[in-house]
Amino acid sequence: MGVTSILRSYIFLRGVRAIVTVFVAITFTFFLIRLMPGNPIDVYIATLMGASGMSYQDAKNLALALFSINLDEPLWLQYLKYIWNVLHGDLGKSIVSVGTPVIKIIATFLPWTVFTVSTALIISFSLGILIGMVMAYRRGGKLDTVLTLTFSILSAIPNFIVGLLFIVFLGVQWKLVPFSMLRGAYSPYVEPGFTLEFIIDVLKHAFFPILTYVLTTIGSWALLMKSSTIATLGEDFVLLARARGLPERRITINYVGRNAILPLFTNLAISIGFIFGGSVLIESVFVYRGIGLRLLQAIYQRDYTVMQGIFLIITIAVILANYIADILYGVLDPRIRVGGR
Amino acid sequence: MAFVRTRRRTLRRYAEGLKEVFKIIVSDKAGLVGFVIIIIYILMGTIGPMVVPYPAAGNPNEVYLPPSWEHPLGTDFEGKDVFAQIVHGTPVVLTVAFLTGFLTTLIGVFLGALAGFKGGIADTIIMGTADFILTIPQFPLFAVLSALVKFKDVSMLSVLLASVSWPTLARAVRSQILSMKEREFVEAARLLGFSTFDIIFTEMIPNIMPYIAVSFMFNSIYAIYAQVGLAYLGLVPFIGENWGLMLNRAWVLGAFFYEGSIWYIMSPIIAIVGLQIGFLLFARVLEVIFNPRLRVGG
Repeated sequence: MGVTSILRSYIFLRGVRAIVTVFVAITFTFFLIRLMPGNPIDVYIATLMGASGMSYQDAKNLALALFSINLDEPLWLQYLKYIWNVLHGDLGKSIVSVGTPVIKIIATFLPWTVFTVSTALIISFSLGILIGMVMAYRRGGKLDTVLTLTFSILSAIPNFIVGLLFIVFLGVQWKLVPFSMLRGAYSPYVEPGFTLEFIIDVLKHAFFPILTYVLTTIGSWALLMKSSTIATLGEDFVLLARARGLPERRITINYVGRNAILPLFTNLAISIGFIFGGSVLIESVFVYRGIGLRLLQAIYQRDYTVMQGIFLIITIAVILANYIADILYGVLDPRIRVGGR
Repeated sequence: MAFVRTRRRTLRRYAEGLKEVFKIIVSDKAGLVGFVIIIIYILMGTIGPMVVPYPAAGNPNEVYLPPSWEHPLGTDFEGKDVFAQIVHGTPVVLTVAFLTGFLTTLIGVFLGALAGFKGGIADTIIMGTADFILTIPQFPLFAVLSALVKFKDVSMLSVLLASVSWPTLARAVRSQILSMKEREFVEAARLLGFSTFDIIFTEMIPNIMPYIAVSFMFNSIYAIYAQVGLAYLGLVPFIGENWGLMLNRAWVLGAFFYEGSIWYIMSPIIAIVGLQIGFLLFARVLEVIFNPRLRVGG
């Protein structure tokens, strides 16, 4: 494979696109904090002066140290420095828990969200596809009717309300699940480590957040897959495969399934962002200590540096997840890879 | 003169399209149910607050009452009537839903048409922005913005929701416009000396009306989700009484973990889910109109 063919390859081009998007995201978060009405840095300086009677200069110095920014420099230099800092993993320091680097906070909370969200996405996507295909093959039948109705109703319920319903019914009314014991990402008395006890404990805590994500997204995958499969079944190549007498199983998996999945990948991008974004709500409902809950806490405390950092990291995570989805898409659909667009 | 006539003809085409849609709705049971549900909510949001008195300070001796004649949905932690709170929470929820749906449609159609018709730099910029907005996790963005901007009324919230909801529609409108650009009827209109604006809005948009209608529904559904979610987290305290705020109070005060609060908690939940189901049933029917293959069984 020559240099030009690598440069033209689908995976490379998508990678460049992802990197460009990350830069746009960094720019966006920089201006989000710097150019908003009631600039948070000024607000924070004013608060410091009011609360602790600091002089303007002292308050300003402290604020600038926490934001890792120098307001006296021209905006473009501040911007370049911000990018430089972000690339070096310096997202400033927390305002509320003074001095804690934002990146450290993120490192503690992000893995739990990535774990629950990606597990949920994989389960929901693959199960949804299977169910959707079954529904397509039996369209108009009893199973199809019942599932379509169920999924329609399920997708009408906002995800955090599904979580609240679990707590209200399973937790409070029927007393089947002790939800207050399941707060956090794991129990405080279990030593973190690669032990069976810890893994089981983690799974227990993650179970309801994951279940909630899956329940609220599986319906749209199934319904999308159903209509995509129906469309594929009407294609000539399926008819030809049948005419050639290929075994039905092979037609279902290699001819129908593989082609019907493709349109779903365009929805994956939106779904990844939606699930990741929904973690703010779901983690708040179950008090699951992931990045969404931490973001919310930062917002309540007006901890601007933490807010800015977490928002940026969530966005980058979504961009990366999209890139992975793009690669998978390329693997499944040779036309995309060879086209080298 | 010619333009006046074509505009009038266009209006008639839009009206005929609506009549067609209405016919299919009536013939489809689920769609009819969705339609009726939406009408009921609209009545509750418009006439309701005039008929049902505002939930005044409650009686502290009547907290968490089960439903009765006096309190159809029971009372809350302060003894306030839950039903009255639901009714008075409706206008805000509906306004955000419809206003966001409307604004999103406006922005999406305009930008999509512009990108598709003009092409070139306009297209690159609009679609680039659309792609970027689609990758930003929206709910965290709203949450962060709520800390930076004070949302004093529902229209501000709607503008914000619409400003990040338009990309999907714009993409669809663009691709439709691109595919129609070279068709005969558009060529004919161009030869007759129609302006770009007239070609887009009298010749092209009517063809994708069903899609725009479906998109309106889904944007409204998303707007309900986002606003109720934000209100539940207590991030938009000033937009007025709404169902999300009821859930927020129940959560903050720990009512969720009290068995007797079931009526108080379930009322806003059922109100939200009911409205979502109404919109969804209605939207699905529009999808059936849209995709004939879904109608053909076996």
